[in-house]
Amino acid sequence: MMDFTAFDLPGIDLSWCPGCGDIKILDSIKKALVELGLGPLDVVMVSGIGQAAKTPHYMKAHFFNGLHGRALPNATAIKAANPALEVIALGGDGDMYGEGGNHFTHTIRRNPGITNLVFNNMVYGLTKGQASPTSPIGFRTSVQVDGVHAQPFNPLAAALAQGATFVARAFAGNGDQTKEIIKRAVRHKGYALVDIFQPCVSFNSVNTYKWFMDNTYTLEGHDEDDFGKAMELALLQEGPFPLGVLYRKEGVPVFEETLAAYRKDDRPLFRREAPRKAVKELLASPAI
Amino acid sequence: MLFSSLENRRDVCCVLCGAAGLGIQTVEDMLAGIIADEGFCVFGSREYMSRVRGGNNSTELRIASEPVDALIDRIDILVALSQKVRRNIMERISADTVIFGDREELKGELEDLGASFVNIPLSSMAKETGGKIYSNSIAAGVLLGVLGLGTKGAEEFYRKRFAGKNDVVTRNIGAVTKGYELGLSIAGEGGVLQGRPRNSGRRKTILNGSDAVSLGAMAAGCNFVTAYPMSPATGVLSFFAKHAEKVGAVVEQVEDELAAMNMAVGAAYAGARPLVTTSGGGFALMAEGLSLAGVMETPVVVHLSQRPGPATGMATRTEQADLELALYSGHGEFPRALYAPGTMESAFRLAQEAFEIALKYQTPAIVLTDQYFMNAFYNLDADGLSWLDEPPPIPETAAEYRRYEDTPDGYSPFGVPGWGKGVVGADSHEHDEVGHVYEDFDLRTRMQDKRMRKLAGMTARALPPMLVGPESFSNLVVCWGSTIPIVREALQRLGRNDTALLAFEQVWPLAPSVGDLLRKATFTAVVEGNSTGQFAGLLRKTFGVAADRRVLKYNGLQFSVEEVADRLGEILPGKGGSR
Repeated sequence: MMDFTAFDLPGIDLSWCPGCGDIKILDSIKKALVELGLGPLDVVMVSGIGQAAKTPHYMKAHFFNGLHGRALPNATAIKAANPALEVIALGGDGDMYGEGGNHFTHTIRRNPGITNLVFNNMVYGLTKGQASPTSPIGFRTSVQVDGVHAQPFNPLAAALAQGATFVARAFAGNGDQTKEIIKRAVRHKGYALVDIFQPCVSFNSVNTYKWFMDNTYTLEGHDEDDFGKAMELALLQEGPFPLGVLYRKEGVPVFEETLAAYRKDDRPLFRREAPRKAVKELLASPAI
Repeated sequence: MLFSSLENRRDVCCVLCGAAGLGIQTVEDMLAGIIADEGFCVFGSREYMSRVRGGNNSTELRIASEPVDALIDRIDILVALSQKVRRNIMERISADTVIFGDREELKGELEDLGASFVNIPLSSMAKETGGKIYSNSIAAGVLLGVLGLGTKGAEEFYRKRFAGKNDVVTRNIGAVTKGYELGLSIAGEGGVLQGRPRNSGRRKTILNGSDAVSLGAMAAGCNFVTAYPMSPATGVLSFFAKHAEKVGAVVEQVEDELAAMNMAVGAAYAGARPLVTTSGGGFALMAEGLSLAGVMETPVVVHLSQRPGPATGMATRTEQADLELALYSGHGEFPRALYAPGTMESAFRLAQEAFEIALKYQTPAIVLTDQYFMNAFYNLDADGLSWLDEPPPIPETAAEYRRYEDTPDGYSPFGVPGWGKGVVGADSHEHDEVGHVYEDFDLRTRMQDKRMRKLAGMTARALPPMLVGPESFSNLVVCWGSTIPIVREALQRLGRNDTALLAFEQVWPLAPSVGDLLRKATFTAVVEGNSTGQFAGLLRKTFGVAADRRVLKYNGLQFSVEEVADRLGEILPGKGGSR
């Protein structure tokens, strides 16, 4: 019998609004990890800044709650320092695609064995309602007073174009489906992106639960090996948007496995002693 | 006699100059190795323009029987490979300088300068050898001949460097031999080093600043290096990359300095011993992550190799103007330690010290070098290097582990995820002992006090500055970092019995004993490579003692021994006599 409370943290004071999609995603994450047979000591939850980035404070697991936009470098490094850890980097659309945009691109290029969950509500919630990189054209806010002019960032197409080896989309309102997608993302060897549609009940009156339900559908009979089809689905400008794993590719070298540091030594870095003999050899070698 | 001025010199100073891309660095590497193997001491320093080809760069090689470790202006032998020799070299040519150059290539330049101009037909000799690219090997041969060091070392060097390319090896050896015969014929049998004592042969290891910082970090168990390439700090990244497997280090060139620093903090959280290497512009981007290391209490070591700013400044030149950047960078307040090695031996030791302090106090430590120091090198006795104790292994966490346990010293028992029964948390917000966010004003005060309490311990064990010279000093000359050997030699040259040197290799926190030393002096001059006297200001802020004079240089070049001696000679009060 699985212990579905393994990742529960008692006595927490959730700072999310009632009805927030984040609450459902938190539940899906905890269930996914339990069903994968993982415990709080196996997992490091890494986040930046934003409402979504508070998630690690609401569950029992190792956590690293760092700076805005920087969760991916943090997570890549944690995985590289100790590949035995299950590392999950999570955050909102502003955090991952805006402030962390450059890291998003280059993390995909590296393909570290981490899971990247992006809670995508198409608005900045923590700073009370400005446009995010994924806000639709015309979206009006206190800053974008005439409505958003810029093209929304397309995370799925960008990730595919950059060679991401696992690209999926979920919807917070579909808890079980989200859980299953997260399970597959965590099991995936290499970088796995799950962009999770998540309604912001306070600041996004356009992309509501109803809007997402009316504008999404579950992929069925989709060939996940078909890059062209995945790109076609990712590039859809208007709904309905597909939910599920758009693309996955096995066998691409994984960052931490390519590192020279592990070629002759599989211990995590914290277990290693200073390489004094090697330093003495380097000092003695005339051709440094 | 062509080289008569050398007879009374303790060292012979050769300068090679020429356009980038001509292979001056190869000549420098080769000559330095041969000089050291032959039992002499060699000091090298390089200055170069920010371009891949062309321009006019130079390398100084001081050769002596006893150790030499400072930059001088005097040029005894100048080898000019290209025309348009720059002013910084022209001004150093004296009536004693012997100049070697190809009349055809230089087109009349330098002909009327120095003690004498010796035409070496590099172009035509190179053509005979197999092409213009061999002119640097011919020049190297000329110098080997003039110095009287033989060609065997050169042969070994080329066989190693171009292993498998027999043609290239043969042509280079041919070029060196041609040059060597010419050099011998100019200097006479035995060469100019003839008769000078050779050392016992223990100084076999040639280290430059990049090597010394890297090896020191490796000795401390540094096993995670991230950086975005930036002169003059890239040498450390490439050194680690080259030896990553041998020393078991993760080495990654990342997308920007934000990633470099944030990876370092992530790695430190997971128990790695990280180093980031950068220059001022890159460090500016790391400020955010430095604060993260401060509040998360993660040990991170930064190598900050200074060059002139602001912004891009002079990309390949030197300065000591990032002390305040290193000291004050980052938002909020947190303790940090700053080191500034003056010698290769110190760099090896201080890189270890930086890791020791960073690991013990779980806070950032910064090693400040500069372009001059990174590219300077000399041969030393590797057996004489200091090794600090190995950092202790990380203990397993208990189930009730609290990452930020409040302790009298301010630093908490360090645990990492995946090692023990405890959950390990880290947060950029103000947090409780477990690492969770609470907006509680008392908690904030308690945690800030805990972090800042570490500074007391770090201050108590701060390295005191070195006092060189008479203990009965009335004048005190202060300097820090890469200028130390230069100012030391300048003071030797002045030979004053009333003047001592106070040389700082830890520039924050400052050892409490410094205040008394500063107050003991009746006159204080601070020598540093910036335009505002940053270290003089820090001493005043910390100890309430203002420098009487500041000797500053900020044109992009390092001080020379002569320059410091001249400028101090003008301002030091009293006669001071000869020691």
